[in-house]
Amino acid sequence: MRRYLIKNITILILLLFIISLTVFAILFVLPGDPAQIILGINATPETLANLRAELGLDQPFWVQYGHWIGGLLTGHGSRSINYDMPVYDLIVSRLAVTGPLALMAIVFAVIISIPLGIYAAQHQNRPGDLIVMGFTQLGLATPEFWLGILLILIFAVKWRLFSAGGFPGWDVSFGGSLKALLLPAFALGVIRASIITRLTRSSMLEVLREDYIRTARAKGLKERTVVYVHGLKNALIPVLTILGLQLGQLLAGAIIIENVYYLPGLGRLVFQAIGQRDLPVVREIVVFMAAAVIIVNFFVDFTYAFIDPRFRKR
Amino acid sequence: MSRRLLEIENLCVEFDTPEGIARAVDGVTFHIDVGETVGLVGESGCGKSVTSLSMLGLIPSPPGRVAGGRIRFEDRDLLELDKEQLRQIRGREVSMIFQEPMTSLNPVLTIGRQVAEPLMIHRQLSKADAWDEACRWLEFVKIPAAEKRLNDYPHQLSGGMRQRVMIAMAMVCRPKLLIADEPTTALDVTIQAQILSLMSGLKKEFDMSVLLITHDLGVIAQVARRVMVMYAGQIVEQALVTDLFNDPFHPYTRGLLESIPKIGSRGQGRNVRLAEIPGTVPPLTETITGCKFARRCRHAFDRCREERPAVSSVSEGHEVRCWLKQHPEKRS
Repeated sequence: MRRYLIKNITILILLLFIISLTVFAILFVLPGDPAQIILGINATPETLANLRAELGLDQPFWVQYGHWIGGLLTGHGSRSINYDMPVYDLIVSRLAVTGPLALMAIVFAVIISIPLGIYAAQHQNRPGDLIVMGFTQLGLATPEFWLGILLILIFAVKWRLFSAGGFPGWDVSFGGSLKALLLPAFALGVIRASIITRLTRSSMLEVLREDYIRTARAKGLKERTVVYVHGLKNALIPVLTILGLQLGQLLAGAIIIENVYYLPGLGRLVFQAIGQRDLPVVREIVVFMAAAVIIVNFFVDFTYAFIDPRFRKR
Repeated sequence: MSRRLLEIENLCVEFDTPEGIARAVDGVTFHIDVGETVGLVGESGCGKSVTSLSMLGLIPSPPGRVAGGRIRFEDRDLLELDKEQLRQIRGREVSMIFQEPMTSLNPVLTIGRQVAEPLMIHRQLSKADAWDEACRWLEFVKIPAAEKRLNDYPHQLSGGMRQRVMIAMAMVCRPKLLIADEPTTALDVTIQAQILSLMSGLKKEFDMSVLLITHDLGVIAQVARRVMVMYAGQIVEQALVTDLFNDPFHPYTRGLLESIPKIGSRGQGRNVRLAEIPGTVPPLTETITGCKFARRCRHAFDRCREERPAVSSVSEGHEVRCWLKQHPEKRS
């Protein structure tokens, strides 16, 4: 178990290093001079050179990279050109929206998909299964933004239960903020639930054919115990893998949904930063997003060991 | 006079397959007395396992279904019980152990939990009491360091140990009937002998009945009192073990016995071809009017191919489903 942990943490650190290097290198060779963008096209060559020296842009690649990484590690990252504040603070404030949004979406996805998937597996090829599978097909084909707009039309415009968009801020109104995230999280969750439902169904179908399920039935266990205790725990591994990937992706920005609902999240931030050529912001958010995906997956790998004892020995 | 525990009459089980309806069990009739060990032998696919699974309603359905017959257990017909009543019988009055100890235990639950489970549902024991009892049973089936093993997972145990766990799990509620479906097939020969003697010991100690399903006549000879030979969904011969081994009647039974390799038989030291039964088992989807074995039988005559053989008695307790009984002249 300890060796497993050490090995995985080493891989994790190595991956993060490679990602940071790649992102930095891409933005380094990309045309476009940050000093020029800050000062505008009318700046004199002297002021440009001064600002470049001030920003460290005249230094060689490795020095600049080292400077940047050192700053990230010590918590003094670059400053946003547009907002004139540390990118780090910017990410933290936006994560306060995107983080809960992603988690709520995953919770919705799990609540909807796991019971539906199990139900479909238990009623394989019968009407109930076909209806569930039909809906998941629909869910897979539905674009996120369209479902988002549809939910706004129904719940905000027609029934006036929710506001159509915007975010009050956690310190202003906790309940209001939660409510503002409900519809977008539901839209994100429903779409993701389609995949998870299908996965749960197929995984469960496979497990229900196993010998130990027959043993469990032969013992006289209630069907509910057979399915939810003896079956589900075995069927959960592939489901967890995909859930982890989805959580990582959601943290990395629900760009479209955040734009539909005017949520000040990470996705919207990076979207605007690209438009405004706010390179430090783009650079750091991309690294953060990649790190989020990798770290979530690291923890998913870790949970396997809790579910399946056979992983613990490795 | 021995008491009947189980009486199966004319049991038929069918499966829907892409090739049509397959009759896996076709008119099976037999009984088991209290305290008796009965063997059920036959090739794989002959319907042995399906027969036993249908007794507890464990046939996967769809595609399978019981198409007819009666299964009397004590004073109840198991086929007429509802799901809940049947569930109460499983694991409490009738238990099963299966062939593959590797895959028949749940890989993600501890041994203790899996053995204690029947006690918690059938005898309403608390978790702690059930685990204590489970521990006693693990000791009883001779698992070393039983208390430590309770917290182990199946992958930490050897095949023989896992089969002991399966036996403990099946025995905890002291069933009246234990159905053992190829309990030793997946094990080494030395472990096989240990498991068989363990089962015989338990059977004597608790006076339960055992239905031992196997394709290995050697196993039957060691532990069973009576034996039934099954072929293509039908029981073709049943008798006391001694009668069957000394005086087999049905050509299929004789073929089976002849195909057992014997040490010290003629041809020792040379390569001698084992006796084999020519041909293969007919597909279960095929409707056969006459005897199902006729095509492979060297004694078959016209009546065998046209009319299904009736069950007739060879001697006391020795029954056979073969027209040769009525036509002894064709037997030479």
